[in-house]
Amino acid sequence: MIPAGDGRLRTALHSGRFAVTAEIGPPRGADAEAIAAKAELLRDWVDAANITDNQGSHTRLASWAGSILALRSGVEPVMQLTTRDRNRIALQSDLISAGAVGIPNVMMLSGDHPTFGDHPDAMPVFDLDSVQLIWTARLMRDQGRLLSGKPVKPAPHWLIGAVENPFAPPLRFRAQRMGKKVAAGAEFIQTQFVFDLDTFGRWMGEVTDLGLEQRCGVIAGVGPIRTVRAMEFMQSKVPGIHIPDHVVRRLRGVPSDQVAAQGMALCVETIETLRETAGVAGVHVMAFGHEQVVPELLERAGIPPRTATAPTVTGRTHDAG
Amino acid sequence: MYLLHHLLTPGTVKRWFARFLERHERLCTAFTQAEKQVKGSAFGCRMCGQCALPATGYACPMTCPKQLRNGPCGGVLATGACEVYPDTQCVWVTAYERAEQEGRVSDLTLLQRPIDHREWGKSSWVNYWQGRDADLWTSDDGLTRTHLVLTDLRLVAGGPKA
Repeated sequence: MIPAGDGRLRTALHSGRFAVTAEIGPPRGADAEAIAAKAELLRDWVDAANITDNQGSHTRLASWAGSILALRSGVEPVMQLTTRDRNRIALQSDLISAGAVGIPNVMMLSGDHPTFGDHPDAMPVFDLDSVQLIWTARLMRDQGRLLSGKPVKPAPHWLIGAVENPFAPPLRFRAQRMGKKVAAGAEFIQTQFVFDLDTFGRWMGEVTDLGLEQRCGVIAGVGPIRTVRAMEFMQSKVPGIHIPDHVVRRLRGVPSDQVAAQGMALCVETIETLRETAGVAGVHVMAFGHEQVVPELLERAGIPPRTATAPTVTGRTHDAG
Repeated sequence: MYLLHHLLTPGTVKRWFARFLERHERLCTAFTQAEKQVKGSAFGCRMCGQCALPATGYACPMTCPKQLRNGPCGGVLATGACEVYPDTQCVWVTAYERAEQEGRVSDLTLLQRPIDHREWGKSSWVNYWQGRDADLWTSDDGLTRTHLVLTDLRLVAGGPKA
C-alpha cells in the first residue's frame, strides 16, 4: 500500500479512490500562459498532471519549469524525467530541485530516442536506465544519499512513478519488468495507451499474480482518437502503441465527421472497463493538443470532478486499498 | 554459451593471471584486444568493461541504442524489432527468448546497477576474475556499492546461476 502523505495523487492511491492523471505537454516557446491554460482545463478533474520532459525528443520548456507553473495554476504536477538527456549528476540535481520547490510527484522513464525528435543529431546520454534512476530516487529519498554516497539533507519526499508498456514484446516479460521497477522503488506506474483490452487484461493478471498492485498503483493510459489520420500516425510513428483490428475497423467504419465522436465513445467504454478491472488504481488521460475534451470524457465515464470528491470520498475501492 | 561461462568462472589461477596481466601493460593490452575480438564477433561487445552477459541471456545490453541494462524499453515494435533500428531484433527480445529456452528468466529480473564509465575499453575478464564484477547485479534492492560492502552480497543467494 502507498504510504499516506501530502499530495492529491498520493492520497488517492493511498485511500484506494480511483485516481485520474492527465498530461500537459509544455510549449516550445517561453510561454508560461500555455501551461496555465491547459492547467485551467484540467484542474478540477485530475488528481495530478504529468509535465512531459521534451516529449518525443522534441525540445520544449523543461518539465521542472512546467511543474512549477502547474503548481502556480493549482494543478498538482507529476514531473517527468527521462534518462535520455542527462547524466547521473544532472538527474540527481533535478530530483533534489524538484524536492526543494515542492513538486510532489516525479515519474522516471528512459525516454524516446533522439532519432525520433527535432534533433536527431543529438548525443543520446542514457547514463542510467529507467530502473536505475527509479532506484537512485528511492536511495535519495529513503536513505538520504546520492549514488556517490554523499548525504542529501534534507531528503526530498516526492512520490516515485514509472511507466510500463504491456503491449510491447517480449509480452511475457512485461509484468516482471514492472516488478523490477517496483523493487527499485516505483509507487505508481502509468501505462501506454490501452486500446487492446485483452492484452492489458492478461498483463494485469500477471501483475496481480505477482502482487505488484499491492505495492504500486497501476494507472492505465487512455486517450480518445480524434481522426483516422491521428490513428495512422499513432500506429506508424509512435513506437509501442498497439491498436487492435476491431478498433481500427470501428473508427474506419464511420464517416470522417463522426470519427471524433466514435473515438470518444470508445475511450469512455475503455475507462468503464478499466474501472471494473481488478488491480487498476486509476486512469491516465492523454489528449495531447485537445485537453478540452478531458472533462467530458471523464464525466461520461462516470468519474466525477475531483472538487466533488476530494479529499475524502468513499468511491470504488481498488484491490490495493 | 552458459557452458562457456564455466570456463571463465573465477578461480585462484585466473585471479593470479589477471593480476599478472595488470602488472604487464603490453600483455594486458594484447589480452584486452583478444577479448574484444572474441566478444565483439560473438556478442557485438562494446567493451564497457563490466560484462552483464551471464545475466542477460548472452545478449549484450550495451548494443541497445539506449544501453538499457534492466530490460526492454516501451518502444519495441510488435514484430520484436528495435524502434531505432527496425531491421534488427530488440536485444531484450533475444535475451528473453534465450533465457526462457534455458529456464533462466529469473536472471533477467535481477537489478543491474549503474555502470562505472571509467571502465570502458578495459578487460571485463580481468575485472571479473578479480571479483570486481561481483556486485554488478543484485536480487535485493540495495543500490550502492557501499551498501554491498556492508551486507556482503556474495553471501546472498540469487545471483545468476553459474
